[in-house]
Amino acid sequence: MSLKPTAIDARSGAPADVPKLCYVRKRRHDAPDAWTLEIEFAESVPFSYTPGQFNMLTAFGVGESAISISGPPGQGRLIHTIRDVGPVSHALTRLAPNDPVGVRGPFGVGWPMATAEGQDVVIVAGGLGLAPLRPAIYHILSRREHFGDVWLLYGARRPEDILYRSEIEEWRKKGHIDVNITVDHAGMDWPGHVGVVTGLLSHVNMDVSRTIAMLCGPEVMMRFVAASLTEKGLGVGRIFLSMERNMKCAIGHCGHCQLGPAFICRDGPVFTFERMGPLMSVKEL
Amino acid sequence: MNADKRVITDEQLQKLIDVLIGAGRRVLGPVRGDGVVVYEDIQSVNDFPVGLTDEQTPGGYRLVEAADQSYFGFSVGPHVWKKFLHPSQIELWRARREGENLIIEASGGNNETYAFIGVRACELAAISKQDRVLTGGDYVDTHYQTRRENTLLIAVNCGKAGGCCFCASMGTGPEVRGPFDLALTELSPADEHLFVVEAGSPAGQELLLEIGSRPATEHEIETAKSIVERTALTMGRSMPPDVDVPRLLADNLLHPRWQEVAERCLSCANCTLVCPTCFCTTVEDISDLAGESFARERRWDSCFTMDFSYLHGGGVRNTVASRYRQWMTHKLSTWIEQFGSSGCVGCGRCITWCPVGIDITQEVQAIAGAQTG
Repeated sequence: MSLKPTAIDARSGAPADVPKLCYVRKRRHDAPDAWTLEIEFAESVPFSYTPGQFNMLTAFGVGESAISISGPPGQGRLIHTIRDVGPVSHALTRLAPNDPVGVRGPFGVGWPMATAEGQDVVIVAGGLGLAPLRPAIYHILSRREHFGDVWLLYGARRPEDILYRSEIEEWRKKGHIDVNITVDHAGMDWPGHVGVVTGLLSHVNMDVSRTIAMLCGPEVMMRFVAASLTEKGLGVGRIFLSMERNMKCAIGHCGHCQLGPAFICRDGPVFTFERMGPLMSVKEL
Repeated sequence: MNADKRVITDEQLQKLIDVLIGAGRRVLGPVRGDGVVVYEDIQSVNDFPVGLTDEQTPGGYRLVEAADQSYFGFSVGPHVWKKFLHPSQIELWRARREGENLIIEASGGNNETYAFIGVRACELAAISKQDRVLTGGDYVDTHYQTRRENTLLIAVNCGKAGGCCFCASMGTGPEVRGPFDLALTELSPADEHLFVVEAGSPAGQELLLEIGSRPATEHEIETAKSIVERTALTMGRSMPPDVDVPRLLADNLLHPRWQEVAERCLSCANCTLVCPTCFCTTVEDISDLAGESFARERRWDSCFTMDFSYLHGGGVRNTVASRYRQWMTHKLSTWIEQFGSSGCVGCGRCITWCPVGIDITQEVQAIAGAQTG
């Protein structure tokens, strides 16, 4: 009996349920509970993704988790920023250079990069939510002249939780991105904003007829930010958010990630607020 | 159409089983289990629950003597064909360390061929729905697909409606519609034990040629037709007519009835295990103690478990009310947007096998504001 994958991508015939062998090449401590892994395929394979898509990463013998791709695109290695929150993510963040790691992906629908061209872009990130937005930011930087004004509003718990600090400075200086950062708690040495990320929206001078918003962070944060943006007149179809639910298969077969009629893994994780708003407003849906 | 209706005897039905086994197929059908009708391997028509019928009520199932020696005189039991097509547990892949290397190998692939005998109309509808979910999108469950392609479906028109059946109101039965290879209607066994039979595929036609049959008489065709019509009229339950159920549920996600049903629901997951369309699975990674070999297993899962919606920091659906709402709205409402049809076939298993007898048709009625008697 010949052994075959149990699930395939019907479009390419590629296995969809068997992870590809990869190796961790670099591990960087980004925040007290977050690490960034640079991952390389054991055998060079074509791998392309769009900003906002995710991979399923396997810590062998422990389990598998959905982890957004944190880019930047097109440099040969996969970059994943992972927060240590459970057994699988803990094992992933403990992987050292040259340790094996399994990768399935990329999966899902990412950020509307084409739609956003010619528009102003408001990017709002909360905590680790900056990770799936990072490839979108690099995409914008690579085609900066095709975008209008770009704002990054970023909320972290504490100053030491701020991800990609040195890069953010570059984005601000060289990329002409208007960066505003706030933290929930800070010591006396923090010169910046303190408070929730919605408070930063007052820094954005938004022309609602030509703005696209991209949101990623805790669901409650996204709900409040989306509500504030809507109040300012931005259409619900112009607000995009990256949703999170339990994912096991990433191909719409296991049923876990459903939110109403949506399979977050297959139909998302990026959706318009037009689609998600009514579903997010129902508790425990 | 009438010319296509043939008649076979119980001996020819036995010959059918022999031919299928001779062709190397596992023949699976209803047999008497431990107080219930289950689906297992069969070799003979005597393996069928001959002369038995069942009494089904919300939360109740009892096998009793039937008035005659019918082979198929009962309605659906707790087993579902998905146990063969979409097994409760399979290994997806395994990996082992070899020196510095890690070797990952897929574990899928199966060559077994099957014939299911005694598949009911609602069950055929359920198989079609699982076809859509597992093989109809961009990603294909090849394990399911291979088993499905390697299975002959020999259906039976129901001669008796169960106390919890409501297929007529779901438009899925009791008369079998496709996709079947052969469809039988059991005529009341008198001097001769006869079945009106119809082929639904070239494979079915070939089988009929091999086992022999004779044309059905007008009377036999009429009798077979009236048997199914009677079944439709004596159905134990019905989904409320004149109610747009998908819309009703989508518009009533905050209805107090969810809380009311949660006070009875044990969140035991029985309904999802006996449901012929429920497809959800989870995975578990295992390893040996030395950390030298690993494997991933896939198992049936249920939206009634706490783990199902687990995200870091806790579950999304912590209350029973939210989990029951997820199950019922998925089955009757969101499934339509996802897969183009309702996820319910009206087999009534979730009603019979609910330990507290929660009745999905009554829950819909309650939300619709109709009488719930």
